[in-house]
Amino acid sequence: MSTKGKVKGIIANLVIVEAYGPVSQNEICFISTGSTQLMAEVIKINGQNAYVQVFESTRGVKIDYDVDFAGHLLEVTLGPGILSKNYDGLQNDLDKMDGVFLKRGEYTHPLDPGKKWKFKPLAKAGDVVEAASWLGQVDENGMPHKIMVPFTFKGNYTVKSVVEAGEYTIEDTIAVLLNADKKEVKVTMTQKWPVKMAITAFREKPRPFKLLETGVRTIDTLNPIVEGGTGFIPGPFGAGKTVLQHAISKQAEADIVIVAACGERANEVVEIFTEFPELEDIRTGRKLMERTTIIANTSNMPVAAREASVYTAMTLGEYYRSMGLKVLMLADSTSRWAQALREMSNRLEELPGPDAFPMDLPAIISNFYARAGFVYLKNGETGSITFIGTVSPAGGNLKEPVTESTKKAARCFYALAQQRADSKRYPAVDPIDSYSKYLEYPEFEEYVEEKISDTWISMVNHSKTILLRGKETYEQINILGDDGVPVGYHVTYWKSEVIDFVILQQDAFDAIDQSTPIERQQYMLEHVLRLCDADFSFESFTEVDGYFKRIINLYKQMNYSEFNSEKFNKFEKELQEVLQERIVA
Amino acid sequence: MSSKAFQKIYTKITQITKATCSLKASGIGYDELAVVNGKLAQVVKIIGDTVTLQVFGGTEGIPTNAEVTFLGKSPTIKVSEDLAGRFFNAFGEPIDGGPAVEGEEREIGGPSVNPVRRKQPSELVATGIAGIDLNNTLVSGQKIPFFADPDQPFNQVMAMVALRAKTDKIILGGMGLTNDDYLFYKNVFDNAGALDRIISFVNTTDDPPVERLLVPDMALTAAEYFAVDKNETVLVLLTDMTLFADALSIVSNRMDQIPSKDSMPGSLYSDLAKIYEKAVQFPSGGSITIIAVTTLSGGDITHAIPDNTGYITEGQLFLRRDSDIGKVIVDPFRSLSRLKQLVIGKKTREDHPNVMNTAVRLYADAANAKTKMENGFDLTDYDQRSLDFAKDYSEKLLAIDVNIEIDQMLNTGWELFSKHFRKEEVGIKQELMDKYWKEN
Repeated sequence: MSTKGKVKGIIANLVIVEAYGPVSQNEICFISTGSTQLMAEVIKINGQNAYVQVFESTRGVKIDYDVDFAGHLLEVTLGPGILSKNYDGLQNDLDKMDGVFLKRGEYTHPLDPGKKWKFKPLAKAGDVVEAASWLGQVDENGMPHKIMVPFTFKGNYTVKSVVEAGEYTIEDTIAVLLNADKKEVKVTMTQKWPVKMAITAFREKPRPFKLLETGVRTIDTLNPIVEGGTGFIPGPFGAGKTVLQHAISKQAEADIVIVAACGERANEVVEIFTEFPELEDIRTGRKLMERTTIIANTSNMPVAAREASVYTAMTLGEYYRSMGLKVLMLADSTSRWAQALREMSNRLEELPGPDAFPMDLPAIISNFYARAGFVYLKNGETGSITFIGTVSPAGGNLKEPVTESTKKAARCFYALAQQRADSKRYPAVDPIDSYSKYLEYPEFEEYVEEKISDTWISMVNHSKTILLRGKETYEQINILGDDGVPVGYHVTYWKSEVIDFVILQQDAFDAIDQSTPIERQQYMLEHVLRLCDADFSFESFTEVDGYFKRIINLYKQMNYSEFNSEKFNKFEKELQEVLQERIVA
Repeated sequence: MSSKAFQKIYTKITQITKATCSLKASGIGYDELAVVNGKLAQVVKIIGDTVTLQVFGGTEGIPTNAEVTFLGKSPTIKVSEDLAGRFFNAFGEPIDGGPAVEGEEREIGGPSVNPVRRKQPSELVATGIAGIDLNNTLVSGQKIPFFADPDQPFNQVMAMVALRAKTDKIILGGMGLTNDDYLFYKNVFDNAGALDRIISFVNTTDDPPVERLLVPDMALTAAEYFAVDKNETVLVLLTDMTLFADALSIVSNRMDQIPSKDSMPGSLYSDLAKIYEKAVQFPSGGSITIIAVTTLSGGDITHAIPDNTGYITEGQLFLRRDSDIGKVIVDPFRSLSRLKQLVIGKKTREDHPNVMNTAVRLYADAANAKTKMENGFDLTDYDQRSLDFAKDYSEKLLAIDVNIEIDQMLNTGWELFSKHFRKEEVGIKQELMDKYWKEN
């Protein structure tokens, strides 16, 4: 018998409910407003009063309205059919809703109950299984979607029967298991899981080490992220966070992409809706949308559901990771989620931490990042969730609570610099402030030695040194004047500019330049570093910038041409000739 | 209002602050409107039988025995074609001496558009101002503010943009508009003979500040009527959103909320997003485009209001007085239209993105040269040429008095490139160089 209650107070989307029975923290409840039911989550309990945050507008809610507690936490429904769906933060299928405007209290089924899936059994009678063991497989947009023993099952079970290969709906029983007491338990293709709990049905979580190619040179070459790694992109508005994240989501080498548009612009989500169904995934030949799920809780949608949206996205990611797939999860922007926490903490009249954020913000953020990772499943297969979040620091100041808390949790830091954005040096990732901790992992070094070359890491470090030296030299030139420094200073500065223009800067809107495979990145980096290590002769500083601009121009033409094409080779040849003019043998 | 006769009248107010009052009442809905001593108010908090009301006109002179009646509804506006050409106050009451508008009564601040029912914006909004059309192209369904200091001519530029943009309706939401500025808009629209497609909701500096909170929702509910029901293209002008945010902070302060950055309420981002996200392109052709003004204090964009706005809107436009040419220009460095990628080179000529980027890059070179000059260093020949280019560029393209077609802007760009630079200095794709480079 579920607990009932009545509304006793309303402050914006915080409602105080007098509960006539037991309630649990984070339990879901529904407030009846005549025709509609408003979903809410318990966030504080004080005596008989449950403080609930309502995932909808509370307009018109009155004292003494009836409340029904659901007896479970906020859950997602897992099963085939998640890919290519557009959900709101509570996993309602947005495409199933009627009308142009979102209607309050309209909740839609996240999956397609009537749809038949081609099922193929993977387990057989007599097998001993446990939570997350693979019982069968269906083809979901070309992905092998494993049907697993529900994550909520505890201990070992014996398979009594698994249905034959054939077509089944998500609600059909596909297996019967026997529990320790020899009692029969039926399993379908769908199960539920509370979003705030991590799915931990795997054997171990080692340090991640496999390079995850994103096609973005300033990431892959300079500060690589790995499969199962974590990274974050802080930057002031207009620095290109979203463009960079979209580029990663289009190009990264992942099986599944989950995008949580968390409190950001609706038109940015529309861009994904519009483009992804058209764009092709180069590796599978299918449309990008087929491997993508979007959780859209845009800035004008209810604030409480914003917090839920990132957890919903992470839980879907963990579900696919348990199938042995490579998941890339992006959240734009985690600051909006933190702000949602702040609004609620404020209404609860909690004592505020820095910038009025709740005191436990750092813990909440690091718990969340910790759910990503590379895992060995119990059957020996591997799966991963690579998580990249953006952070929108207030006033572009990186010394604010969300950025600082995230810095402690994430291993890659891609700082977007206003100055680079202003001078249209995109992507505006600052090459000197940014870092990837993975470059220091011996496991990673070993991996790239094999995959790229044994000099790769030293080349990467070398280019970082050149960039830093270039920056220092530039400052000196600015202080002492063009003719106040030796000509060599100008050459040093321009060498770093070559790396900047040719390797770091990338045109996200050019069909060829937008994505660079790692072989090509290697070729170009080696090419540029040969130039940087060479000596040039100049009579006077006035000759230097014009010469290097010619070089950069030719390199850029190479970047715009297909790799190793006739055009590419032509520009490369031309470049060699220009280099011969000044290079000292 | 026939039900009014049966409504209960409360006469015992238990608490009064500058913006709110509380009383004991039952059966009251959250967000509901009430009339307190003849002043309109709205329910902002209910705890047990204590209801707290935000009084829009301020609580001056309200006695503890004032008559309070609840209207049983949240704020509404009556929508119909008759709105066109009319001027209203923040409550939607006519202030032009005309009759009240009849039509369907709609709650303001209604629900959001389902994101999957939106269409990607793709229609160019041409303004003739090169600083906007060339560098920061506007698209229908976009939301973009002017970030300007109070002394800059943003109202003039906004009025110019509104009249040149070919939209079916223009809705002006004026918050804390000075009477002079209000009359300026009225005159400009009148002189242009455009009054019949303009609707205004105006709160002037004479009116109580808390009333402003209703203006954007009034304007946007009217906009939704024309964009959704009539499939029209609607341009909404909101000026000045800084004064709107100030009103928010007054209310939250009176309600004892813990302020976050710059004394603004912690919900500022969501409050502003609810307004700006009403900008939308519908598949049926209707659209709402929002151009707003956020005044800055001394050009500081890190203040919570412009900062939160920047994260919500699709770019921002900066005005700056260029001392080299003595005119106001649209600053190419700090201005940005995020949606321009959807139209430039697609709805406009293929060379648009390259001309735009190259010109801005060369302009940045000029800025560096200028710093060098100011620091007393010798200029190279390139520095000198980029300075000459910058002056031409400001004069012929960035100045807000420029009014030309986009193709002409692009041609001007190429002319300036070849006038001041060598081919290899511009760094544009070879195919485009072959086609558009103008030999001197």
